Amino acid sequence: MAVLERTTTGVAVSLVGLRRTYGKLNALDGLSLDIQPGEMVVLLGPSGCGKTTALRILAGLDRADEGEVRVGGEDITSVPANKRDMGMVFQAYSLFPHMTVRDNVAFGLRLRGQNRARRLARSREMLDLVGLSAFEDRYAHQLSGGQQQRVALARALAIEPAVLLLDEPLSALDAKVRVQLREEIRRVQLDVGTTTLFVTHDQEEALAVADRVGVMNAGRLDQIAPPTELYARPATRFVAEFVGLSNRLRADVSGNQASVLGSRVGLLDGSVQQGPGHALVRPEAVHIAESGEPNAAVVSVAFLGPFSRVQCRLHDGQIVVAQVPSATVAHLSAEDPVRVDVDVDAVLVVPD
Amino acid sequence: MRGGTAWRVTQAVALLAFAVFFFFPLFAMLDFSTRVPNGTGRTGQAWANLFQDDLLRSSIVTSLLLALFTMLLMLVLLTPTMIWVRLRVPQASRLIEFLCLLPLTIPPLVIVVGISNVYAWVSYLLGDSPLTLTFAYVVLVLPYSYRSLDSALASINVVTLAEAARSLGAGWATVIIRVVLPNIWGGVTSAAFVAVALVLGEYTFASLLNFETMPYVIGLLGKSDAPTSVAASLASLIFASALLVALSFVGRRNRSSKGA
Repeated sequence: MAVLERTTTGVAVSLVGLRRTYGKLNALDGLSLDIQPGEMVVLLGPSGCGKTTALRILAGLDRADEGEVRVGGEDITSVPANKRDMGMVFQAYSLFPHMTVRDNVAFGLRLRGQNRARRLARSREMLDLVGLSAFEDRYAHQLSGGQQQRVALARALAIEPAVLLLDEPLSALDAKVRVQLREEIRRVQLDVGTTTLFVTHDQEEALAVADRVGVMNAGRLDQIAPPTELYARPATRFVAEFVGLSNRLRADVSGNQASVLGSRVGLLDGSVQQGPGHALVRPEAVHIAESGEPNAAVVSVAFLGPFSRVQCRLHDGQIVVAQVPSATVAHLSAEDPVRVDVDVDAVLVVPD
Repeated sequence: MRGGTAWRVTQAVALLAFAVFFFFPLFAMLDFSTRVPNGTGRTGQAWANLFQDDLLRSSIVTSLLLALFTMLLMLVLLTPTMIWVRLRVPQASRLIEFLCLLPLTIPPLVIVVGISNVYAWVSYLLGDSPLTLTFAYVVLVLPYSYRSLDSALASINVVTLAEAARSLGAGWATVIIRVVLPNIWGGVTSAAFVAVALVLGEYTFASLLNFETMPYVIGLLGKSDAPTSVAASLASLIFASALLVALSFVGRRNRSSKGA
């Protein structure tokens, strides 16, 4: 089969103007997205933002009311799921309970008519890749959740899919396993070079593994950018708040600069151009000093290990949260006067 | 321990009481069916009649065939339908459940009265073979078979398993045969066994529609040749119990293979 001869170099994926409604709910409202060959794009957003719908439409498990799905330049909008050549890992455990780990991984190869020797070799290779070769005779119920998801990843990759789809594969796992496994997923993905779409609601997960992160809001893509850029230059208020810019500080915009807590800082695209607004500032960008003219009082200090979160009330009544190294605020307590500054190159200023 | 001993004795007594309660009638049936009528000693004549009496023999064959056809038709109709409803039209599951449980709420007598008109047509179209009862029996066994299949389907995540198989390249037939069926096999076998056991004991439909099935002929013989009728009853009881025991073994093996 042609599919089997293809190398694992990724192909380009395009979603063009996808629309999908469920009754009155607009799950996708004209979503367009281009994924480069071999790239890993993470769709990030709250539940109900349409990210899973987008992935399911790409997989062929759901249909768009409007729009096009292209893989490697070919329109596959009306190709059924089983002819799409996509490997998928689901949020729910999806290993076939009546098959061993080996048979699970070899299932897709069997459907492609590969002989037993090739199936065995390939499933070994894939289980090696996810570090589970010792488990090939086990059944799903004999594996932990993390192991099941690794087998599911091996199974999805065994068929050398054109595209790898990951639908919140880590949501059902506990925190420690989640971090381990996401690193493993990224390593494997870089190793095989498959174009990958990953869907999650976990901001940290998205920033940690993606080449680019697309933040979705109400069925549309608000912004898609590399993690560092998304973090530093959020395009909309929704993106800013979703990636952790939780402080809203009064700002005054004039001459392409904003005045925030007395500092003049640059403006990000999409900001208010003139007059008053609110600057969105992440807690890590807020500085606390005991020297200098005090402009705030400490409300509370929460110790988080290497960092502490300090809540302060500015003299004008605004509340600001700072995340600072614990050592620098160890001796602070409530009502202590402090100097609060923002340390950031540019901010997004949204209308009041 | 005293308490332990007392408990064990109570258990043994209860078990014995139940054993006597259940097995004594069976033993009495065996005894009665092997007596020489109006004399002393034992005879196997009544049991031999199971194979020699033409009417009885043909009724046994009819009932076994009915059980087989009912089971097959039920499985062929119900299994794919229920899988399909779960996978593609979950909103219809309430309707299917209602339809399948409906026969349970209507007394067999009422069904027969209603169905006899239909059977005039069935006989007209398909002849008057007793095997046409298969259609009525499929309706009769629906509620029980539905329950077995439904609980088996509920115990696995059919939708995700099917989607995983589809994304790996499986068509719908492969999804159902290679992925869903092996995982609900326990439910399928118990649905089949329940259907067989029900058909082998069904009397109302057969007698009111005048078909010579085994239970009907046993009833008939009871009036002329009591020992043979009792032997046939006992044989069918043993057969049905053997089926039920087999069923529980299949269920257990299924569970242990999942748990091992």
